[in-house]
Amino acid sequence: MSLDAATVRRVANLARLRLDETEVEKLQTELNGILGWIEQLQTVDTDGVEPMAGGSPVPVALPWRQDAVTDGGQADAVLRNAPDREGEYFGVPKVVE
Amino acid sequence: MMRPTDYTIAGGLRALEKREISAVELTEAYVKAIEAHNPRLNAYITVTGEQALAEARASDARRAKGEAGALEGIPLGIKDLFCTAGTRTTAASRILGDFVPPYESTVSGNLKRDGAVFLGKLNLDEFAMGSANTTSAFGPVENPWSRANDPTKRLVPGGSSGGSAAAVAARLAMGATATDTGGSIRQPAAFCGIAGIKPTYGRCSRWGIVAYASSLDQAGPVARNVEDCAILLRSMAGFDPKDSTSANVAVPDFAAACARGVKGLRIGVPAEYTLPGLAPEIEALWQQGFAWLKDAGAEIVPISLPHAKYALPTYYVVAPAEASSNLARYDGVRFGARTAERDSDLRDLYERTRAAGFGAEVRRRIMIGTYVLSAGYYDAYYLKAQKVRALIARDFAEAWAKVDAILTPATPTSAFAMDERQDDPVTMYLNDVFTVTANLAGLPGLSVPAGLDGQGLPLGLQVIGKPFDEETVFAVGGALERAANFTATPQVMA
Repeated sequence: MSLDAATVRRVANLARLRLDETEVEKLQTELNGILGWIEQLQTVDTDGVEPMAGGSPVPVALPWRQDAVTDGGQADAVLRNAPDREGEYFGVPKVVE
Repeated sequence: MMRPTDYTIAGGLRALEKREISAVELTEAYVKAIEAHNPRLNAYITVTGEQALAEARASDARRAKGEAGALEGIPLGIKDLFCTAGTRTTAASRILGDFVPPYESTVSGNLKRDGAVFLGKLNLDEFAMGSANTTSAFGPVENPWSRANDPTKRLVPGGSSGGSAAAVAARLAMGATATDTGGSIRQPAAFCGIAGIKPTYGRCSRWGIVAYASSLDQAGPVARNVEDCAILLRSMAGFDPKDSTSANVAVPDFAAACARGVKGLRIGVPAEYTLPGLAPEIEALWQQGFAWLKDAGAEIVPISLPHAKYALPTYYVVAPAEASSNLARYDGVRFGARTAERDSDLRDLYERTRAAGFGAEVRRRIMIGTYVLSAGYYDAYYLKAQKVRALIARDFAEAWAKVDAILTPATPTSAFAMDERQDDPVTMYLNDVFTVTANLAGLPGLSVPAGLDGQGLPLGLQVIGKPFDEETVFAVGGALERAANFTATPQVMA
């Protein structure tokens, strides 16, 4: 499979990355190089193999916890690193006309 | 005359206990060492010297009261991927350049609990993505070692934990935290002539560590020798309810295992790791490693890991996929840098922020990850890679029926120059060919400095162990270390 420029733009769009035209061309070459190399996985027989989803080498069940509030009431700590804030809210450009 | 920076962690703890030195004296020596050598090496992004001295005074006071913790007064560096409350945490990215976490990562918190002193935050590849520490937004780290025949050529320390490895090798810290997603502890440790262990997945909590690829990321220590790594890991490890993948298993005395010896242990030699074109010096050191272990009473057993050769391409599907998901949070709204025009709408704000905030390698991996997860490609790439990953893990599970640990080279070459291998991403990815399997299978892997190449650069051997059997890994690592007797030091050193 080879990526065309339109696909590179579509993926950048999905990833919310702004690209200029020279970057599209450069990424297209680089991504095709990487994907071409990854292509060798298609030769592996994986019929009937369960995909490994997590990282644990031994079977583990994800733990459960009480569905209860454990934290909160720290608006200032939460907002301290925000690039823009309005009172106790994150500031963003207008999204509704 | 013993200088303060000459102490290992084990030796430093004994000297502190006997009042031969104080935490303040140790910390002052390291702060001076950083002032002298960090301008050249660039191992630290942020130095917290004043804070370290205050912590050292508090540590000496605790020791005087008989309240010394397991790492009381030991000055450490913290990879700038671990959130440290009140101290800037950048992940070596512009997008987090001014981020000051309001909370402490579990691992760094565990080290503080045990009395460690933090010297500052160590440089790395941006978001831990790289094998040369050349992708940092805060500039590259220089390896304190150089080639005998070309001493002015600046070499890379490896990556992503390049700052951690360079700082420990040059004695700008007694030890350091690091993280390893595909080899990011073991490869820089090998390049810098120090020891480093990636423990079993789940051994150390990931809570408060900036996420790269969550099913592969593990924290671990780098230090001057195997025993120091064991001491640090004991403090770093432990169950944490705040990380749902943290393993609820007891943390043994890893340091005690270092002296255990290898008598009767079966050490695997995987046929598939004899790569065509492997440097003869690396091949020779690997054979030497088997000879050392055999002399110490171990049995060498041939094994096969038939899917290991697919590990790197598998990693470069799984890791970017998880990264593209993890890095979606950097949106210029809740924290981190924002880039926007006056008339930007929200979408334009996202796109400009992420284009300006992420470096080239991070953007590349986000693009690969987004592509392999996108509709129509998910089965062909992502699901396929997860199935191959299962086969790689199964190969190891079958090997454990025959052997107690596996010995491999740590890296395919010694440290390369900053201007080499930067043009083609895939060439750079090949650095992790020996290390990445342990991440995919979730296994512990230790890199031990074992020799020098013809240019006088350090080379490492890797010990891979069974799940949660770091003790055997440390036992084998300890035996290799005693046999190798690696005493060489880098050209740049405090």
